[in-house]
Amino acid sequence: MSRPLLRGDTAMRWAMGTFKDRNRTIYTLLIIGALLFPSFADVTTGGAGNHLVSTAADAGIYVLLAIGLNVVVGFAGLLDLGYAAFFAIGAYSYGLLASGQLSGSPLHAEFHFPFWVLLLVAMFVAASFGAILGAPTLRLRGDYLAIVTLGFGEIVPRIFRFLGAGSPLGNWTGGVNGIAAIDSPKLPAFITGPWFGTPIKVVAPFDFGDSNWAPMDFYVLILILVAICVVLVTNLHNSRIGRAWMAVREDEVAAAASGINTVAIKLLAFAIGASFAGFAGCFYGAKLSYVSSENFEFVVSVSILIMVVLGGMGNIPGVILGALTIFFVQFFVLTNLPDYAVAASNAVGLGFLNQSTGGWVGLHDEVQRLNYIVFGLILVVVMLLRPQGLFPSRIREQELEKGTTEEAVFDVREATD
Amino acid sequence: MASVAAALKGTRTALSGALGTWLFLAGTILVLAVLLLPKVISNPAFFIQILIYGVANGAIFALIALGYTMVYGIIELINFAHGDIFTLGAFIAIPLIGVFGFTDSTPFSVGVVLVLLLVTAAVMVIDGGINMAIERLAYRPLRSAPRLAILITAVGMSFVLEGAMYVWRGANNVHFPDLLPGTRISFLGASLGVKDLIVIGSAVILVVSLNVFITNSKLGKAMRATAQDREAAQLMGININRTIAATFFIGAALAAAGGIIFGLYFNNIRFDEGFTAGLFAFTAAVFGGIGNIQGAALGGLFIGLVQAFSNAYYQAALTDVWIFAILILVLVFRPAGLLGMQVPEK
Repeated sequence: MSRPLLRGDTAMRWAMGTFKDRNRTIYTLLIIGALLFPSFADVTTGGAGNHLVSTAADAGIYVLLAIGLNVVVGFAGLLDLGYAAFFAIGAYSYGLLASGQLSGSPLHAEFHFPFWVLLLVAMFVAASFGAILGAPTLRLRGDYLAIVTLGFGEIVPRIFRFLGAGSPLGNWTGGVNGIAAIDSPKLPAFITGPWFGTPIKVVAPFDFGDSNWAPMDFYVLILILVAICVVLVTNLHNSRIGRAWMAVREDEVAAAASGINTVAIKLLAFAIGASFAGFAGCFYGAKLSYVSSENFEFVVSVSILIMVVLGGMGNIPGVILGALTIFFVQFFVLTNLPDYAVAASNAVGLGFLNQSTGGWVGLHDEVQRLNYIVFGLILVVVMLLRPQGLFPSRIREQELEKGTTEEAVFDVREATD
Repeated sequence: MASVAAALKGTRTALSGALGTWLFLAGTILVLAVLLLPKVISNPAFFIQILIYGVANGAIFALIALGYTMVYGIIELINFAHGDIFTLGAFIAIPLIGVFGFTDSTPFSVGVVLVLLLVTAAVMVIDGGINMAIERLAYRPLRSAPRLAILITAVGMSFVLEGAMYVWRGANNVHFPDLLPGTRISFLGASLGVKDLIVIGSAVILVVSLNVFITNSKLGKAMRATAQDREAAQLMGININRTIAATFFIGAALAAAGGIIFGLYFNNIRFDEGFTAGLFAFTAAVFGGIGNIQGAALGGLFIGLVQAFSNAYYQAALTDVWIFAILILVLVFRPAGLLGMQVPEK
């Protein structure tokens, strides 16, 4: 057999293997899509793709958050309803330590630590809060954890809002105004050599502060961060710890009997999940250059949960797709739907629907109000019809399907709780 | 770390059991006394006014908390949609009251009382029916699925209800007609609204009648049996599905009454009012001991008082923080709550 044929054969076999394994297909398509997206955005908008690229970088933040929450909900089976709190903690960690904000606080000193260091700091701070919150509560029944995290998720933004100007403890967080003018990331000197930027321009300027290039740079950065996190989480999932998480999720008593320290392993999942939110929060603060407690409400926690549930709890590529889908629905479909609805009603001669009369506030506003219902229905319908999500992991699929078709009025598992 | 865990476990063990109930109660009263005594001494009349306001507020929380505690007691579900069922009660009542042509300027009379009773009864039935339908469609099919699934559907139903009210009435406060008398009477130097007394009185009547119903009626007995051991109850010939549906109906009916009382008391309600109110009521249910009817009523009262005192004397911006902190502390140190049964830890 000649070599070229063999090589073609190998490529063919690789391709076949790729498309047989759903996860590998998804990863391949995601990588191709991510690499081509900036060019695609530029071409479709006639060279003004910066806005789209910037939005795509925002989507990347949600992908990071969904991957992190997936560790808690999908792997370890713990319901975290206050995930946005850890996101907020990460964002505020960066905001406080990389802006002039603290000069007005009782400390009277401002800090401007580099972004790259704070990325790790934010991760660590969020993970510590996760551990502090989880340590006493993870020993309790599973649904109590949901409530404790929900309470925590409500407390954190309120505390950030409270610690503004006029609070008895001094102005730490800027209160309702939030923290503005946060530093942009800067590349270290050994990367920004002479080949960067204006004089030689071997490489396009990579400067997060330059408004022409910043969207693209943040996009590249979030792609790298997401890639690192995916590798990390996949390895964790396939490790001893990952198997322990699954064991705890399936049957805690049996897991404990097999020698797993269930509290420690749950705490680990909780802290790792929180650390991802801290990571994402730091990037979020840097990209927006502004943080406000308004952006971390319960709705954020729920939308991340929907991403995980819709994508398929426990399956990383599924969760990534879920995050992208929900982000698309939330920021494109639901944002543009009112205008489409108005245009459509005008086109078919139902223009009177656009006027507001009595209880009817006009088609535009009525459609705009739909997103709560859409979100709620996604949660309910997915759980009822396809509890394993759109792209489930094989194991989780079986577990959930078996659970829903079982018609027993009484479940033995509950008796052992 | 290990010593912290040990200390925690020690505290939790000390606080469990019958002695723990008294320790817990004494601790709570002590904290309240330390925080409030200086305020009482400096201005007792103002304190009484705040106290009455707190009790009225707490009565409403108690009505919501009862539904939480009953549903949790029977199927161990934290029904996140329950707070929105409460708001929905007020939202349905507004057009029904409008049918009778009543507005803010309608003087208080026997006719108003009769209409209010009629409307309340109608809304209780409608809201109860809606909650039963939710249970049938969204919770029953998942009863034997993993616990996570049904919790997620409950969050989803909460969003659907909030969304429906948002589409219906928009994001602003909706006015609820002010039909109760605005008369104020003087009591120990404080000025009390007749409104407050009506709110407290009607809530007490509802809680007491629920308690009588649960302890004496056949359905109440079935509910208690199902909560205790679903399988055994079924073997005794109790129709589990019907009993659970009835629990959802009664819980929602009480929440709907709470919604109307809230509307009459504050005269404003927003589509997402039920989210925070529901969380506070859940805190009340946990504080009183989840699954316990009297506990939920007491817890509601306590949370109402905490809210009133915090708003009046301590940072109003932190009221929610205190209440959620109470929730977390109770769950950490005495998950069984004030009157609840000790749930074995895993």
